[in-house]
Amino acid sequence: MSAQWDIISQQGYQFFGKMSASISHEIKNTLAIISENVGLLQDFLAMAEKGKPLDQKRLRSLSEKVMDQVRRADHIVRDLNRFAHSADEAVTSVDVTDMVRFLSSLCRRLASMRGITLDPKPSSKPLTIETNPFLLENLVWLCLDFAMDATGEENKLSIICEKAQRGARIRFTGLKGLRAASATIFPDNPVKVLLQALEAELHVDNEAEEITLTLPGNRAP
Amino acid sequence: MRVLLVDDEKELVSTLAERLSLRGIEADWVTDVNDALEKVDTRTYDIAVLDVKIPKMSGIELKKKLEKKSPNMKFLFMTGHGSENDFKAGVAEAGAEYYLPKPVNIEVLIEKMHKATEK
Repeated sequence: MSAQWDIISQQGYQFFGKMSASISHEIKNTLAIISENVGLLQDFLAMAEKGKPLDQKRLRSLSEKVMDQVRRADHIVRDLNRFAHSADEAVTSVDVTDMVRFLSSLCRRLASMRGITLDPKPSSKPLTIETNPFLLENLVWLCLDFAMDATGEENKLSIICEKAQRGARIRFTGLKGLRAASATIFPDNPVKVLLQALEAELHVDNEAEEITLTLPGNRAP
Repeated sequence: MRVLLVDDEKELVSTLAERLSLRGIEADWVTDVNDALEKVDTRTYDIAVLDVKIPKMSGIELKKKLEKKSPNMKFLFMTGHGSENDFKAGVAEAGAEYYLPKPVNIEVLIEKMHKATEK
C-alpha cells in the first residue's frame, strides 16, 4: 500500500507542477498583452505631446482590450485557486460534470499547444459522487493526456459525462487514432494505481474509438 | 528592418507590430506556424521574433524550418516561462543568443533585433 501511495504522491506532484507551469505561462501571456496595450497607449500620449491629436475611439478600444485581459487573468487565477483547494479534502462531494468542465478549462492551453480542441459535453443534471477530488482530477488529466494523442486527424476531443448505474461515467470520444495510440501502454501503472485508489474502472474500446472511465457514487475514505 | 512576429496570442503580436511600426520598423505578424512558413515564401525578413511555445510546433522547430527557407534570417525568442531556472533552460534549449522574457520591453527588443541583424 505504501508503494502505491508513493506512486500517487509522485504522480500528484507531477500533475500539480504541470498545471501550475501552464497556468503561470498563461498569466505571463496575459500580462504581456496588457503591457503591450498600455505601451501603445503611452506611445499615443507621447505623440499627442508632440501635437498629434488623440484618437478617442482608439483609446476606448485599447482600454477595452486591457479590461478583457484583466478578466481573462481573473478567470485563470480563480481556476488556479480552485485547483489548489481541490487537495484540501480526502473525500468530498464532487459534481463530475462541473469537474470535467473545470479541468477542460484548466487544460485548454496544454491542449491548444498540441493543436487539440477540448469539447466537454456536460450532463443535463448534476452528477454528484463522493470521492477524492484531487486524485480524480489527476486521473482525468492522465486520461486526457493519453486521449489527446489518440484523436487522429480530428484534433478534437469530446468528453461526455453521464450517469452510470452506481455513480458516474466519463467518456473520452472521437479517438480516431486510438488503435495506433493503444500501442503505447495504457493504462500505465500510475493510472492503474489511481483507478484502484478511487475504486474506478477504465475501459479502452478501440472499435468505438473511446475510453470510458466509470466512477463509483461513494468511495470509502 | 523587416521583422516577422510569431506568437499564438493575436492581441500580443498585433499590438507589438503596431508599436514597432511607430518606431519605423516594418513588422508583419502571424499566430500560426503554417502562416509563418507561408509568409517567408512571399517576403524577405531580416529577423523573426518567435514565441518558444506555439501550438503544433515548438518555436525551436519553427526556427529550423524557417532557417531552411530563409538562411539569412536572424532569430530572437520570446518566452512566457515563469522562473529564472525555466528561462535559463529555455535559452539553452533554443540555442539562441537573444532571448527575452515576457512581458517584453520594446526598447530592449529593438536593441536586440539590431544587434542580431548586425552580425
